[in-house]
Formats: sequence, C-alpha cells, structure tokens
Amino acid sequence: MNAVLHRALRVGPLLSRIVAAMFGGYGLAALASVAALALPMSKPQAVLTGMLSSFAVFAGAVVWVFAVRSARRAWAGLLVAAVPLGLAAWSVWRGGAAS
Amino acid sequence: MSTDKPAKKSPPKPRGIRQSMSDLHIWTGLLVGWFLYAMFLTGTVSYFKDEISQWMRPEIAHQAQVPDAAVVAQHVADKLRTEAAGSPQWSIGLPDARNNVVSAFWRTPGIEGRRAFQSGTFDPVSGDKVAGRDTGGGNFFYRFHFQFHYMPVLWGRWLAGFCAMFMLVAIVSGVITHKKIFIDFFTFRGGKGQRSWLDAHNALSVFGLPFHLMITYTGLITLAALYMPWGSQAAFKTPAERQELSVQLSAFITPAKPTGQAARLAPIEDMVRQAQARWGRDNIQRVNITLPGDAAARVTVSRGDEGRASVSPQYMLFEGSTGKLLETKDSVGPAAETRGVMYALHLGRFGDTATRWLYFLVSLAGTAMVGTGLVMWTVKRRQKLPDPDKPYFGFWLVERLNIAAIAGLSIAMTAFLWGNRLLPLDLPRRSEWEVDLLFIVWGLALLHAMLRPAKRAWIEQLWIATAALALLPVLSAFTTERPLWRSLLAGDWVFAGLELTLWALAALHALLAIRTMRHSPKPKPARRAAAPVATTATPAGEGA
Repeated sequence: MNAVLHRALRVGPLLSRIVAAMFGGYGLAALASVAALALPMSKPQAVLTGMLSSFAVFAGAVVWVFAVRSARRAWAGLLVAAVPLGLAAWSVWRGGAAS
Repeated sequence: MSTDKPAKKSPPKPRGIRQSMSDLHIWTGLLVGWFLYAMFLTGTVSYFKDEISQWMRPEIAHQAQVPDAAVVAQHVADKLRTEAAGSPQWSIGLPDARNNVVSAFWRTPGIEGRRAFQSGTFDPVSGDKVAGRDTGGGNFFYRFHFQFHYMPVLWGRWLAGFCAMFMLVAIVSGVITHKKIFIDFFTFRGGKGQRSWLDAHNALSVFGLPFHLMITYTGLITLAALYMPWGSQAAFKTPAERQELSVQLSAFITPAKPTGQAARLAPIEDMVRQAQARWGRDNIQRVNITLPGDAAARVTVSRGDEGRASVSPQYMLFEGSTGKLLETKDSVGPAAETRGVMYALHLGRFGDTATRWLYFLVSLAGTAMVGTGLVMWTVKRRQKLPDPDKPYFGFWLVERLNIAAIAGLSIAMTAFLWGNRLLPLDLPRRSEWEVDLLFIVWGLALLHAMLRPAKRAWIEQLWIATAALALLPVLSAFTTERPLWRSLLAGDWVFAGLELTLWALAALHALLAIRTMRHSPKPKPARRAAAPVATTATPAGEGA
C-alpha cells in the first residue's frame, strides 16, 4: 500500500504536467484566440489573428510546462499568463453581450 | 531517458532544460511518431496527387495542351443543367497543366450539411461524364494525410491535429535540446550504430528545419477553424456576421434567396473570357454558379494558383442572368492574407514542377526525420537490454510497430496502386476496394513484423517494397495501353515521370535493404543496428 502511494506521489507531478500541457495549454491558446478580439482591428481580421497565433501560444505553453522546475510552477506560469488574456477576453465577452 | 543513464546520478538533482526538453522530445515523438510518419509520407506524395490521379485513370488520354477554360466551363455548365437539375449551387473545377479532367460538385436540393454534395468528373473536350475506372486517385493519399480512414472525418481531423501539435512541440523541444544545432548539421559519423542514427536524424531535421516548422504550423492553420473556433464563436452571433469572415477565406458564395423568376444563364464562356483577360488563359481555377436558372443567379470565376503564393479568394462576380460584372475581388484583410499565404505554403500548388520536386524532396527528408527518430528509440535502448533476443514488451512493441509503420507503409501504398491496375473494372465499390486493399496489406505487414525476427522482418519488407515498386511499371505496361516506352516516346511526362519515380523509390528501398543486411554489429551477430559502440559519453544535452 505504501509502495503504491509512493509510486503515485512520484507519478503525480508528471501527470499534473501532462494535464497542464494538454488541457492547460489548449485552454490558454483558446483564451488567447478570444483575447485577440480586443485588438484594434475589424472583427474578421481579429478572429483570424487570434486563430493564427493560438498554436504558437499552445506550443510555448507546452514547452514552459516541461521546462520549469516543478509542476506547481508550471501551473502557476499558465495562470499568470491567463490573467491578462482572461481580462481581455472578458472585456470582449461583455462588449459582445452589450452590443 | 533517465533510465539510460548510469545509476550513479543522485536522483533528486534538478535537471537542466536540455534534459527536460530531450525527454519531452523523445516522448512526444514516440507517442505519435507512427501517425506522423504516415501523415508525412502520404502528405509528401500528395504534392503529386494530380499526377497520381492521372496515372490511376489511364483511360483518359494525356493532355498535351491545356484546353481553353472558357469553352470547357461552358460545356460542363450545359451538362450540369441536366446532370444537376434543380441544384442551387454548382462548382466547376477546371483542368490545368496537371489536371486532365473537370471535377465538379453540386448541392443536392433539400439536403443540408456535408452529405448534401454530389460530385462528378467530366471530360474537358466533350463535357461528358468521364467513363474512366472508379478510383480514389491521388486524392486518397491527400485526404488520408489529414483525416485518416475508417473513422468519422471529424475524428480523423482531430487526431491529425493532435499529432501535428505534438510534432510542433517535438520540433521546438528538439531545437532546444541541441546546443550545437548548426555544428551537428555538419557532423556525420557513419557506420557507428547509434551515433550514425543520431547524426542522420540531426542532419535530416536541421536541413529541413524551416520547412518542417513551416509545414507543421501551416498544417494546423489549414484546419484552424476546427481546432480553434472560440474567437469566431465569441465574435459572431448571426449568420450575416459569420458571412463577413467566410468571404475573407473562400470564393464560395452562399446562394441568395431565389426570386422564383426563371432566367436563362448568360453565356459562362464570356464571363470566363473576362477573367482570362485579367489573370491569364490558363490561370482560371474554378467557376461557381449559384441559383442557376433563377433571376438571382450569381457566377464567380476564381483565379488559379499561378503567379501568387496565396489561396485567399480572388474572383470576379457576375450577375448570372445578364453576365454583367458586379465585383472584382482581389484582396482580403491583412490577417486573412497571412492565412492565405500560410495555407498556400502548405499546399505548394503555386510552384512550378521544379518547386514541387523541391517540396517533395524536403518533405521526404521530413518523413525520414520521423522515421530515423522512431528507429533511434529502439537502437538506443537495444544496447541496454540484458538479453537482446528477449526484450521487454514495450521495446518489442515499438520495434515491431516501427517495421510495419515504415517498411510496411511503403508496401501498402504500393499495393494501393497495384489494386488500381488489377481490380476488375466492374467490381462494385471498386474505389473503396483499392483503399481496403491498402489496409489489408498494411495489416499483413504488421503481422509479418510481429512474427519474424526483427532484422529479418526489416530486410524482407524492404525487399518486398522494392519488388512491388520496381514491378509496378511492368504491370502497368501489361494492363494498360500506356507502357513506359510509349509514354517516353510520346513525351507524356506525367506517366513517364511517375513510373521513373517508382523506380527511383525502388532503388531507395533496395539501398536500405542492402544496408540493413550488411549491418552486423560486432559483439553479437544478431540483429540490425545493435550498435557496438558504447556511447555512455553521450552528452546529456544531445540525446534525441
């Protein structure tokens, strides 16, 4: 039992990173693609700008997640990046609801 | 990777970025490597998909000159009046230097969604439906490379996107792993087992690096609307708004509301003539017609790929009933143009034959990059096996899957072309049988790889691929009216070029087979690539 627990504790951070990379990374990329709508350009161009750059955000996020020292830092970094993007995306959502 | 290292390392020591990137590179690469290899190879041959399609329809004569697009469009539009009667939308893909048939599709009235479209192939000269054999043509490879087969299209595309994303991560992490990426490119240590594989992998990767990065990223862009719909969903609430985006992306216009008032279509020929005056005689790609026969009919004539590296829509819009030019669209917004260029870079259709060959070769190097990477995983671990004849299950599985995914795929793809020549012409579902045959042969290759000793399996499959490729032009000489010598004499470089390429590929496979046979690791005369050199000196940053 102890051995199982020990194993789980060892695999845990790795699993956490994999989840952070795949879902966290995609989430961040999706957020960035919505945040791009806040850019001062016409809507179709902003949508495409977000779409085109989102995969670079995704790849950058994955590299970050596996480059840093611990799984906790990996998540923290994603969250820090998500805050400004989230704010921008939120303003778009609100604006969209108002109009 | 950490299991490869001597145990003297104290475990909790924090690992450098190169080490973590190396691990990331190895595992992302291995997990989807087999899919990526297949995507890369089928994508590579797709640069010649039109030529492959021509070769797979040998009944249709070689086209020495591109027919006049205006005349062809008129013929096919006349034909569609009966063939696609009542349809609100026709689309006519015109022949060009690489296409000797007209590929048209049209919407069946009253059905929504993807199934709503029917398609047909027409003879450019007579306008009649082509009476060639039922075949998937080169289009099969093209479709397979981004949506696979035997699964719903959307699943396949998501799977391809997943693999492409892994590829992107593998490329970025692979670059970070290499401290000396430039020096590595000029380093080749042949005949040294694992070192040679590593050097080959490095050279292939670095040589094509800008291409590999470009092709992976632009590949994701081609299906970005599927993978990243969130911006568009947040921005657009109404179909009219969505329409604002789609006119930036494609020349397909949605049919307006029919007036119910009948009006004969003005001559399509005249409209195409105007477009030809603008873009060149042979530079017309497609004619789209909405609501033919109605007073609200619209016709768009869109520009070909020649003379620009972008797929963003450029077309002339005409009023169907009068033939009056309503609009000439020749630019889109900056982001849309960026997308258009990225998309075009992926397809490589803008290029002339020389450019296309360059695409083919670099893409083949990319395929080899994935292949050498997969093989290296086993080469690296083989030396550490306590008993190479009884490897642990994971090693056994990777090794066998490698054989079937690499050597087996060559055989399977060639079998597809054999099927095209050998399956009875009146076989029902013939084009589907061609594809089934590919997968049956691929399955047999996997079975063979699992039952034979690994080195024997590599050698045997490489020789089978060699024979299948080399004999294909011979088979074609017996089963069609267009043997190689006749194609050469007639200057038919589509047929001759393809068959000579098959021989070049056969030579490549023979070379690989011979190299594999000759390879005998010094300590144990057992299997392929069991590298004799102890490479414990591998710098941590270089493991790939």
